[in-house]
Amino acid sequence: MVLDFEKQVSEIENKIYELKQMSQNSGLDLSSEIKILESQAYEYKCELYANLKPFQKMQIARHTNRPNFLDYVNLIAEDFIELHGDRHGADDRAMIGGVCHIGEKSVMLVGTQKGKNTKENLEYNFGMPQPEGYRKALRLFEHANRFNLPIITLIDTPGAYPGIKAEQTNQGEAIAFNLKEMGKLKVPIVAIITGEGCSGGALGIGVANKVLMLEHAYYTVISPEGCASILWRDVTKAEEASEALKITACDLLKYKIIDDVIKEPLGGAHMDYNETAKNMKDMILRSLSEFDKMKGEQIVQHRYNKFRKMGVFI
Amino acid sequence: MQNKSLKDWFIERKKQQKLARPKDVEIDDRVGELWVKCYNCGLQIPKKEFEANENVCPECDYHFRINARTRINQLFDENSFSELFTNIKPTDPFSFVDTQSYKSRIEVAQEKTKLNDAVICGKAKIDGYKLLAAVMDFDFMGGSMGSVVGEKVTLLLEKALETKLPVLVITASGGARMQESALSLMQMAKTSLAVSKLNDAGVLYMTLLTEPTFGGVTASFGTIGDIIIAEKGARIGFAGRRVIEGTIRQKLPEDFQTAEYLLKYGQVDVVARRQELRSILSKFLAIHSK
Ligand SMILES: [Zn+2]
Repeated sequence: MVLDFEKQVSEIENKIYELKQMSQNSGLDLSSEIKILESQAYEYKCELYANLKPFQKMQIARHTNRPNFLDYVNLIAEDFIELHGDRHGADDRAMIGGVCHIGEKSVMLVGTQKGKNTKENLEYNFGMPQPEGYRKALRLFEHANRFNLPIITLIDTPGAYPGIKAEQTNQGEAIAFNLKEMGKLKVPIVAIITGEGCSGGALGIGVANKVLMLEHAYYTVISPEGCASILWRDVTKAEEASEALKITACDLLKYKIIDDVIKEPLGGAHMDYNETAKNMKDMILRSLSEFDKMKGEQIVQHRYNKFRKMGVFI
Repeated sequence: MQNKSLKDWFIERKKQQKLARPKDVEIDDRVGELWVKCYNCGLQIPKKEFEANENVCPECDYHFRINARTRINQLFDENSFSELFTNIKPTDPFSFVDTQSYKSRIEVAQEKTKLNDAVICGKAKIDGYKLLAAVMDFDFMGGSMGSVVGEKVTLLLEKALETKLPVLVITASGGARMQESALSLMQMAKTSLAVSKLNDAGVLYMTLLTEPTFGGVTASFGTIGDIIIAEKGARIGFAGRRVIEGTIRQKLPEDFQTAEYLLKYGQVDVVARRQELRSILSKFLAIHSK
């Protein structure tokens, strides 16, 4: 999948490829031309990705090849054992969690899971949890609390699922209850927005001591499309909404909604899974180490104070 | 006493209307000034009688949406309400502009409602029982929750933690205030964390969900009450009807997301008519006052 704004890059890259083929087939030495083009392509890319518009970042965040929760499990966790089910009749596949090691640490790792093709997306419900997903997540958080396991959550969701059954089983309460109960957990929580972080569905596993974002992820109270259709009454104004909403990691860091940004490889996380995962793992371990000497009550108060400060008024 | 005379008045009036139709237009004069027309049954009600009936249609029992000041006057003991946190006002942290600027939307709403923002907080009494109360106002930008609503509700909850007084939050909200972006989302966490402290301290936290309560308020302090009451006929839910219809492409049940529907699915403790609220709340306060 080539995104619109990547076309120019891919054209230069195609040209490089052609030149290489030509050089191979004809025996001509084109290495200096190739070198120049390659450095041009690199410079162009650096500039492009350093100056992405919110709407472009959103496209990267939604890229079908973007690493998903289970990719990160494979790349950053050892001994991962999935813990299934909410114990009340359901095992939401859009919300996955389990115990594992990350580096030297034993942790609880929970996150929303998206698919990369239609079949997977149907299985994982496009990363949109039902109430039972949030309840499963809370069950795992409480387990972690009992056994003193730090909690890592990876968030990539277009939102909590809106449907008849979700309303009947109380989607609003499922999220609200998590927000409240996460406030009682005595273990450190690190939440990472890895792709899409849309509204209450994202926050439902996001009340953390440290909130981090991947460089091209976005985090927002409502999807730019939803915002455009309500405020502009025109869904095609999503790009304008994406600017107005200040959804990028850079903006949210400035407003202290998040604590830090995890660097992505050039071109986005999907260009190099290993590098992305390495950056993420380093940041997780660094963040957790800040809480090594804190007692449970202090961790609870730290989380309270962090969110207590949020809000701007006169 | 009032109800009885009101009923007589309606019977008389219905006769008159029948006789008058269609020639006599006099009856429909000055609607909105002295008369209220019921959205549900179409009946015209003299405003005075309507207000004496707590803005509920005496004919079909349709509960009209009421603003925060009206709610305060109806629900709490006379002159018992003393307002708190009055000097907190909204600002425009992101210089947000859609088809209008957020700044001008705030100004229009303030002018219209004479409120600083979409919630009034204060100390109050019901049947002599002291409590802390937050009352949301849907007329102020759809009761949306931004920094001011989040801050005032949190301050109220923190005051409850300190004084051990029971809390009642009356919701009426379309959800988070989009013009405050992620900051409004964070108010959901802030308020819910304050409720978690009340849980630990055993302070009674009650919510009364009124027409309409959706989105960010449903998914935060609205639905985590120790006691949850829904006012009769109120529409309450997480996702809006249109969003759900757009996602699942099927028709929704008639009573979908009404107070009665929520009761059926185990989401609220009590559905109450407006006239019953005082006595129900009074009993809850008495039973939990130790
Ligand atoms: Zn009526």
